[in-house]
Amino acid sequence: MNILTKRKIRNKVALSLSVFAAVIGLFWLFFILWDVFRHGMSFITMDLFTKDPVPPGFQGGGLRNAFVGQILITLVAMVIGIPFGILGGTFLSEYGRHSRLGRFISTLSDIMVSVPSIVIGTFVYAIMVKPIGHFNGWAGGVALAIIMIPVVIRTTEDMMSLVPWSLREAAFALGAPYYKVITQVVYRGAATGIFTGILLSIARVAGETAPLLFTSFNNSFFTTNLSESTPSLTVTIFQYAMGPYDDWHGMAWAAALVITVAILLVTVAGRLLIKWRYRS
Amino acid sequence: MKLKTIFFSLLLLAISPALMAGNTINGAGATFPYPVYSAWAFNYFRTTGVRVNYQSIGSGGGVRQIKNRTVDFGASDAPVKPAELKAGNLLQFPAIIGGVVPVVNVKGLSAGRLKLTGEALAEIFLGEIKKWNDPRIEALNKGLNLPDSEITVVHRSDGSGTTAIFTTYLSACSGDWSRKVGTGKSVNWPVGIGGKGNEGVANYVKRVKNSIGYVEFAYAKQSRMCYVKLKNKSGRFVEPSFESFKDAAAGARWNPDTGYYLWLVDAPGDGSWPIAGASFILLGKEKSAVNRKVVDFFEWAFKNGDETARKLIYVPLPESLKRSIRDYWKKNGID
Amino acid sequence: MSNQNVTDYKDKLFRVVTFGAALVVLVVIVGIFASLVEQSLPAIRKFGFFRFLTTPTWDPVHEVFGAASSLYGTIVTTVLAMIIAIPVSIGIAIFMTELCPNFLKGAMGTAIELLAAIPSIIYGMWGLFTLAPIMGNTVEPFLQHTIGKVPYLGSLFSGTPLGIDILTASTVLSIMIIPFMASIARDTFTLTPQVLRESAYGIGATRWEVIRNVVLPYSKGGVFGGMVIAMGRALGETMAVAFVLGNKHQIAHSLLDASATITVTLANEFTEADSNMYMASLFYLALILFVMSFLTLAAAKFILKERAKS
Repeated sequence: MNILTKRKIRNKVALSLSVFAAVIGLFWLFFILWDVFRHGMSFITMDLFTKDPVPPGFQGGGLRNAFVGQILITLVAMVIGIPFGILGGTFLSEYGRHSRLGRFISTLSDIMVSVPSIVIGTFVYAIMVKPIGHFNGWAGGVALAIIMIPVVIRTTEDMMSLVPWSLREAAFALGAPYYKVITQVVYRGAATGIFTGILLSIARVAGETAPLLFTSFNNSFFTTNLSESTPSLTVTIFQYAMGPYDDWHGMAWAAALVITVAILLVTVAGRLLIKWRYRS
Repeated sequence: MKLKTIFFSLLLLAISPALMAGNTINGAGATFPYPVYSAWAFNYFRTTGVRVNYQSIGSGGGVRQIKNRTVDFGASDAPVKPAELKAGNLLQFPAIIGGVVPVVNVKGLSAGRLKLTGEALAEIFLGEIKKWNDPRIEALNKGLNLPDSEITVVHRSDGSGTTAIFTTYLSACSGDWSRKVGTGKSVNWPVGIGGKGNEGVANYVKRVKNSIGYVEFAYAKQSRMCYVKLKNKSGRFVEPSFESFKDAAAGARWNPDTGYYLWLVDAPGDGSWPIAGASFILLGKEKSAVNRKVVDFFEWAFKNGDETARKLIYVPLPESLKRSIRDYWKKNGID
Repeated sequence: MSNQNVTDYKDKLFRVVTFGAALVVLVVIVGIFASLVEQSLPAIRKFGFFRFLTTPTWDPVHEVFGAASSLYGTIVTTVLAMIIAIPVSIGIAIFMTELCPNFLKGAMGTAIELLAAIPSIIYGMWGLFTLAPIMGNTVEPFLQHTIGKVPYLGSLFSGTPLGIDILTASTVLSIMIIPFMASIARDTFTLTPQVLRESAYGIGATRWEVIRNVVLPYSKGGVFGGMVIAMGRALGETMAVAFVLGNKHQIAHSLLDASATITVTLANEFTEADSNMYMASLFYLALILFVMSFLTLAAAKFILKERAKS
């Protein structure tokens, strides 16, 4: 066999392997999505959203408490996480741009994005559950906010750095102070990007389970009082999927379907937005 | 602007429960009585509007949480020793009686077909009997066609009163077990995989072929699992049932002065199921206002909950014991 | 106060507020470390550092705790997941940058992003209900009958195939990190200057040779950094493995044995621990995990930064 054919064969083999890898990747995606859809679909009923759980052995029931609890906890995370994230990102991209501390915090945020979320759960347990004396929804919200902040900080920083420096200089030339330049020029320029970052960070925290296990815990009743233990979809999925009852499994699949679809929609919306905004 | 709206609506949400406060009792602990407590709580909420939020996290957690007063009541299937009750300033009383049953997942076996003794069970959980067609199992089950496959043991991964009851039974039957492993809410298991809660063990046994585990009977019943017959102290093979649990509890001598500390395993009597146990409620002695609410719930359950319990194959407490518990409440400043 | 002063004041205020917000990250990280140390002090005092790390016992009855078995589970599942994920994700990245027709590129990118966005609990649940039976009934018996017969290597596949074991957990974990690694690898591949590629083609190189000798060497630092970040993630993943690992504190020799990772131990036992020493030991585990993943991620950042400099 001459060397040229050998090279050609090697080329074919290597490239086919990479196509194969891509097919495997897509295969998992469709396998998982299809499975969640197949199992969950038949349990999506009106009752799922409007009724509270019933004990095993009783008929009917839904997961209204978990849906509402999940939304409340996520809202708390947003109310804390978004302002801190945007302001912190502002500092990193503007005032702290060249300072060592700014660079250091930026790197720390990058690391914190990937800190194990269950560790954040144990931390919030130590500072908010143990001293208060019982599990509570606020702690769950704080745990999610801690996960959210570095994500928002980093996207805000990146998006604001993309705004051309000349834009700021033009505003300075008109005599505007720095904070005005930031709030009226830079924010405006980076708005879509920051918004997308926020969307993606919401998608990230809405599917978190581990940090909620020891903070907001669970509750079999409907509650809007975040100072008691608060149910969430993800913890409920964990409990129901690990349980032995068929209707629990069904509910867990249905909840999984709802949360997956919601998160994927938010993610896709974020991607489209970015694409539309930064097309040029 | 948008943030402001979100903030205020959140504030509103935070305040609104104050209007309906005081209507929740938080309890946590044993997974063993979870089916019956949650059924009681469901009916209690329907009739009185009071929520009893009972989370089944395991007896170990129940005891710790009531010690730290992070819940209004704790629940444990392993009775807490009188000295420990005193140290934690706790009250303790039984609320329901049930049975722990070994469950298996072996192809071709249906519920109640397989017969085992306490010794054989201990040897399986020690990893000494490794296969289903071991002569020690076949000797007890003449005529059953047992497969030549490895046994997978499923046990609890969390601190559990069910485990305490089960290991107390194994220790009573097998010297080897009590020497090598001992008893406790969680033990150092020689073999097997761990499931979280009665739910987790039931789920794993259902999913793993040729496995054996132990769960509270309601879990076996509701998820249609294959339970086994056990040889009791009188040498008879009995099925787990309402009657055999009741027989096991019949001879019990309850003593309020020790916080009703009592094990019901390996009980005498022809019809007794050998692994029965009571599930206990723990209260913080000093929290009289909260205790009143908790006791109200159990008083309601003692009066109206027997039927629900029976349906789930739990044994309601005998009337004499209920009277004794009411006196116990009164004596400790709750009525 | 003059107008100028007011503006200065506002500017300063804004600066301070944003600085405070940025400082939160630092405060939280220091806070996590400090509070975990504080909570685990009783266990640190009782078991020390090296003894805790090397003791495989996890015995709540006698209050003897050691991290070795959970640490072992964490490391084994992570390493195995990396072994599965690295070739697949590099393959995906090559496909996306070098082979994929343009009209498919966007769709493929979105698909990978979506795979990364699926919550980990969905992976875990799917692992238990769908993947575990497939592994236990088909894949694992097959492996036993093939690789299982090879001397030495075979012992990795001994035991009863249950589907609830290290192999299944690592598979789920690898599916979770593949999209993450693939998108990092793709991003670094695209950074390879087009000129380099074209000159290689110009001297008659095949596509694979261009990838092998130009693209891969050019981006190896970035890809390596990405792998380490993915590893940091895998170390700390909880829900994807909690369902299918079997929660058994042991140093397992077979991939078909149950095991426990630090994260799974925390998830299962944290709310249930009944003694102070038990609780402190769990916090100690959390501390070890935190330090481990922090160092891994910091190393990855360092590698990427060095690369950006050169």
